[in-house]
Amino acid sequence: MLSALTQLLIFQLLGEVIARSLDLSLPGPVLGMLLLFLSLILRGGPGHELQTTSQNLLQHLSLLFVPAGTGIMVHLHRVADEWLALLLSLLVSTFATLLVTALVMKLCQRRAPQAGEAP
Amino acid sequence: MTPRIAEIWVYLAASPLLGLTVTLLAYQGAFWIYRRSGSNPLANPVLIAVTALVLFLTLTGTSYQTYFAGAQFVHFLLGPATVALAIPLYTQFKRVKAMLLPVVAGLFAGSLTAVLSAVFIGRLFGASLPTQLSLAPKSVTTPIAMGIAERIGGIPSLTAVLVIVTGILGAVGARYVFDAMKLRDPAIRGFAIGVASHGIGTARAFQVNEQSGAFAALAMGLNGALTALLLPTLASGLH
Repeated sequence: MLSALTQLLIFQLLGEVIARSLDLSLPGPVLGMLLLFLSLILRGGPGHELQTTSQNLLQHLSLLFVPAGTGIMVHLHRVADEWLALLLSLLVSTFATLLVTALVMKLCQRRAPQAGEAP
Repeated sequence: MTPRIAEIWVYLAASPLLGLTVTLLAYQGAFWIYRRSGSNPLANPVLIAVTALVLFLTLTGTSYQTYFAGAQFVHFLLGPATVALAIPLYTQFKRVKAMLLPVVAGLFAGSLTAVLSAVFIGRLFGASLPTQLSLAPKSVTTPIAMGIAERIGGIPSLTAVLVIVTGILGAVGARYVFDAMKLRDPAIRGFAIGVASHGIGTARAFQVNEQSGAFAALAMGLNGALTALLLPTLASGLH
């Protein structure tokens, strides 16, 4: 677990350093994810340890959003002023995004069925 | 007796131990309720834990800053957890390659829908321009969204809150949208959740299905990058 955690931190650090030195708008951890992904392709997959450690970490991904989410208490007054516009916007936009993304993907998949199987 | 308790409280309230412990307690309680409900999306663990914590902090008169001094240890793990998303992504890579066209088309359609519909509806119901601009990146994961908001003239801390609410809405509502569409494919379900509601949606997707989770993680990363590239240009049209 220790070495797996170290690997994750190293890739995050790499992502952070590259993103900042090249002035990319991508955050360090996301770039770190891409770099780790590339390294997995190069070395043909994660070892057993990295696999189990990340599984454990991702199983409770929800927990990691709780501290930031609790920050809503600081902004309650600001949200109160425009709550109707905010609520409707978030509600409609989130559902529209789910619907449009899924619909477009479904249509594209139907047009090109079983991409891997065609001769 | 009472002054003694007050003394202990003063000590605890100032130490990071309390913030960390109540975060873990609130989450475990919330997760227990979520499991007991048969993983009902309405019993979203982030929603329950955040509500409980806001109540607790308000009732005890604890500031968010004091709380966060402890909770930051949990918050920090978001970075390595984001990096760890590479592993399920790798596991599902074959399926991703086979679905390249739907993935790219869905990404562009979803990303534009997320930004334009949020701004348009906000404007329709009289939100101020800074609020509209804070709404624009709401489907993107928190660190990217805050950076974008800052660049286009929104309010980053407001965006952070809107991002979290969007994540919870998507995690709670996605199943009903997909079931109404009769959509079964776990890859498409996951990808749409990731585009619409970033990491919180991804967390929910992982609890349901590993393939959904991997596609949600992919969507979250891609949508973050695409929105960061497109939104500054789109936003200049809004001013």
